[in-house]
Amino acid sequence: MLNTTRTTFKLRNVEFRNRVFVASGTFGYGDEVRNIFPYEKLGGIITKSLSLKPRAGNPPPRIVETSSGVLNSIGLANIGVEAFIHAKLPVLRTLNTSIITNIAASSVDEYCAVLERLESVNGVHAYEINVSCPNVKEGGLNFGTSATMVATITKELRRRTEKPLIVKLTPNVTHIADIARAAAHEGADAVSLINTLIGMAIDVHTRRAKLSTVTGGVSGPAIKPIALAKVFEVSKAVSIPVFGIGGIATVHDALEFLLAGASAIQVGTMNFVDPLIAVRIADGIDEYCRINNIEDVGMLVGSVNANLSNSILQTWL
Amino acid sequence: MLSTTAHIIGKNKISETLYILMLECPAITRSAKAGQFVMIRVNSHSIEPLLRRPFSISWIDGDYFEILLQVVGGGTRKLSEKDIGDEVEVLGPLGNSFRIDNTFETAILVAGGVGVAPFPILTKELRERGKEVQTFIGARTKSQLYTQHLVNCSVSTDDGTEGFHGTVVDNVRAYLENTEMQKLKLFACGPTPMLKALGVLVHHKKLNCEVSLETEMACGFGICQGCVVQLKDSNKGYALACKDGPNFFIDEIVL
Repeated sequence: MLNTTRTTFKLRNVEFRNRVFVASGTFGYGDEVRNIFPYEKLGGIITKSLSLKPRAGNPPPRIVETSSGVLNSIGLANIGVEAFIHAKLPVLRTLNTSIITNIAASSVDEYCAVLERLESVNGVHAYEINVSCPNVKEGGLNFGTSATMVATITKELRRRTEKPLIVKLTPNVTHIADIARAAAHEGADAVSLINTLIGMAIDVHTRRAKLSTVTGGVSGPAIKPIALAKVFEVSKAVSIPVFGIGGIATVHDALEFLLAGASAIQVGTMNFVDPLIAVRIADGIDEYCRINNIEDVGMLVGSVNANLSNSILQTWL
Repeated sequence: MLSTTAHIIGKNKISETLYILMLECPAITRSAKAGQFVMIRVNSHSIEPLLRRPFSISWIDGDYFEILLQVVGGGTRKLSEKDIGDEVEVLGPLGNSFRIDNTFETAILVAGGVGVAPFPILTKELRERGKEVQTFIGARTKSQLYTQHLVNCSVSTDDGTEGFHGTVVDNVRAYLENTEMQKLKLFACGPTPMLKALGVLVHHKKLNCEVSLETEMACGFGICQGCVVQLKDSNKGYALACKDGPNFFIDEIVL
């Protein structure tokens, strides 16, 4: 058994301590669990999506439990980039981990404006771009469902920063690999996937949709097999690193994503259930590698013994 | 907030769907105040149900605290099937506490159904601070009534099987008609229709009233942003029931 395993992971000039992150929207702004969380054990925190102006989000009910999962329509509620810079960033700078700010917007200009504002301050190590938002100018169509729109956003943001740029992809498309390729082609340093799957739940007593917005996004262990297949597919389609996200609840789940082709993973919904779970998963990956004499966690990435030509995915790639 | 485990050291069945669970957890009992709550994981080794369930801290005695457990679905049923000696994961204490200050001398507690849960410990804290306490408890029927550790109780049931036949708010209204109203504060917890009716009454009587909300929650400590409560001041938007609450002044929120 090895004494130490190399855990670090690099995007551009930023070295992350390990390959375990907490997903946007599932860890607040990162400071809520300050008195119990050992931040130094995490690769980094991905903040709640930030928009140019504060957003109240959708009316309640906006979160409900489903079978082994959660259905939400929070609606990108956030304090806005200015309040984040003044109220949250000073605290985040003192935490011993990397900070990736997630950006959401309803126009290309807004994405650029939020990123430029964050470029002007210290304490942000990388950006994750949430493209699963409605594009107001184009009639509400989600940016993330159009390879052309994702290419435009990536290109414009790439011109404005030297920091790592991660594009977060929605699974609610026919061919996610096409969207990933568009981001990679325009200079994204990584893609992260999957965001939530569109879902719905109904109260049979009142015959009403359980969410005020009728439909919302499903997350949690229920979506893990779907997420794993998407990560496998995208990792075969692009040469940039993939962050695997979707229902990771255990060390084994995280290892599956690494084996499928994820260079790093993000723990999401399970943070609600156990705020310390990401740390347990990071420790567990470390232990798995030491027991199996794996010198670098990176050696696991994409090492699944799977023949793509036997997969249904091959026709999509 | 602490993330810890607690042993179940006692379990009392009040009715077919109502239980008291006693949980040994000094880490929580040391710092918890009346009005706060805990999130309990029903089954540590399962993702079904996935989320923890919120429970008011009902009573604290030394190293243990009590929760009032009403079986409403699969999660609460599983929890009700736990035995003495079993261990559960607990997050807490969470949320704000009831505000006990010098603006009042008499507290009127108004509980609907399992909404009685936070009032035993509130009664204890109020009496330690020298306050008079009047308690009004409403339930659908006699077997759903829980009055342990409460004082000066006036009971009402929807079906008339015990006490005043009618709603708890009607009972409170009748009491207030015959009371010299001075330095009163109401504390209420129960279903939304009850709180709405009470809101009309206290607005009319110009009384100070704090409510403890029973809202569905995912995390319980502010990271999911799910359990929002609409504030009356539209400039302020939403508050989080778990972090800014669960206790709010009735005139600051839209029920």
